[in-house]
Amino acid sequence: MKTMLNVALPKGRLGEKVYAMFERAGFECPSIKETGRKLIFENPEAGVRYFWVKPSDVAIYVEHGAADIGVAGKDILLEYEPDVYELYDLDIGKCRMAVAAKKGFRYSADKTLRVATKFSNITRNYYASQGRDIDIIHLNGSIEIAPILGLSDVIVDIVETGTTLKENDLEVFETIVPISARLIANKSSFKFKGDAIERIMAGLETEKADK
Amino acid sequence: MNIDASVLKHNERAIFALRELYSGYGYAQYKMSKFEEYDLYVRNKEFLVSDNIITFTDKSGRLMALKPDVTLSIIKSSDKPLADGGVYKVYYDENVYRVSGDTDAFKEIPQAGLVCIGDVDDYNIYEVLMLALRSLATVSDSFVLDVSDLDVIAAVMDPMGLADADKAEVMKCIGEKNAHGVKAVCERAGVPADKLIRLVTSYGAPSKVIPVLREILPEDSMCLADRFEKITSAIESEGFAGRINIDFSVTGSVKYYNGYVFKGFVDGISSGILSGGQYDRLMARMHRTSRAIGFAMYLDLLERLTIDSGEYDVDCVLLYDEECSIDALRDAVNMLKLGGKSVTAIKQIPDKMKYRQLLRLNERGVQILENNA
Repeated sequence: MKTMLNVALPKGRLGEKVYAMFERAGFECPSIKETGRKLIFENPEAGVRYFWVKPSDVAIYVEHGAADIGVAGKDILLEYEPDVYELYDLDIGKCRMAVAAKKGFRYSADKTLRVATKFSNITRNYYASQGRDIDIIHLNGSIEIAPILGLSDVIVDIVETGTTLKENDLEVFETIVPISARLIANKSSFKFKGDAIERIMAGLETEKADK
Repeated sequence: MNIDASVLKHNERAIFALRELYSGYGYAQYKMSKFEEYDLYVRNKEFLVSDNIITFTDKSGRLMALKPDVTLSIIKSSDKPLADGGVYKVYYDENVYRVSGDTDAFKEIPQAGLVCIGDVDDYNIYEVLMLALRSLATVSDSFVLDVSDLDVIAAVMDPMGLADADKAEVMKCIGEKNAHGVKAVCERAGVPADKLIRLVTSYGAPSKVIPVLREILPEDSMCLADRFEKITSAIESEGFAGRINIDFSVTGSVKYYNGYVFKGFVDGISSGILSGGQYDRLMARMHRTSRAIGFAMYLDLLERLTIDSGEYDVDCVLLYDEECSIDALRDAVNMLKLGGKSVTAIKQIPDKMKYRQLLRLNERGVQILENNA
């Protein structure tokens, strides 16, 4: 029996784009396109099993070996630092992790900077590398309103087009790191299912080169 | 004493097999207390898997720790000078206490391993790597040992003149097999990335990787490829061809490790089950002049290897009541056990107990009430 490769895909538009890339690389699974609430799909002939998971959980599934490979944003990898291989930059889902603030903001050296964010680890590491003292206010959503209401001086968040910031009278103050979707692999799976993983990587690379 | 191996748990079986393996190669068992002065770990925090340590104050006011690691204690106790060419070889199977990555909570972790201290030469390195492979073979038929050489990474990276922060970032990327990350750091620093990328993307059998090393190593470091070839070919000819890979994603803190570092994987366990390396730099930090190499195997992870724990809790449930005599009950249990079955004699069946056969003892003897298999 063919060994099955378990692939965790992020639910949503990015996941659909990623599946299309895998399909073109020869790992098709037609049942995934059926509408319904099913979350696991497999094609024994292609030796692949896909499952849809919350984007921020992809790395957890892969790190714990429930998925052999998966696709996760660089933001998730930097925030949770999972013990996985980061094999390939898919160059899709591109955006950036940035510091944003009200227009005209400037750092004040005599005050502790208050930063609102969902990405506490990235924020802590970024400001530690600059030697700046900060207070982190961890929020789970609507980060943009924190500086407007005086909850924080700046925010650290993902910026794609900047439209949300603009509409809330904020602007990017500095870019921390560019973000895109990455192919990740469980370290143990890479040892025992390495051939299949490398075939996928080669397929993705060919596709990128053809573009 | 005869023990039926089938009643042993996976890690218990492994411990017996590992003791036999290590003592067969002249390693003496090292026994230790559960506590150590906290100061030892504070000074070498980065050597530990986790720096979360359980501490307490002993009766004399000293801050003590429940041991999160064995190696540091062995090095600390190896303070007697060895004769030239002498090596001190010990093995251990002990419990350590630290935060588990999976649960983010303190756990008691059974660990077995060995340490070789002294005038460590290429034979000692071969022997330790070979014992690491044999250790993996005691727990699974499907295993692999990935070996890296930090001196090779340094020989490729040092001539590039990267700043320390960039070097640290490159090491992180090498550990993640992140070739695009290596490329980005090198582009930012304005140095060519090709050799480092070849290092990251070359992994597998020594026959595949060593020719790549010969192409990317500077001429004055070619001896590193020769040595790697000599040691890995000795291991392969011990029957481990296809089981030993060269993989530079195995890294370790260069403050403590040097030379060979390695990690063992078993199919079915999602993380490395064995980890080891040469730690001459740790020895120097602890004011020892000798060299050292060793490894640890994390036996708690064996729980995750699927062993059929059986469909049933017990073969036979024998129900009895107040009227049954001890003698009649004893005879009935012995009779069933003679047939090689496991038996529990009880008055009431506990909730959710699964059994093959339900029997009742009464004045007419043993009656079968239910047969499930």
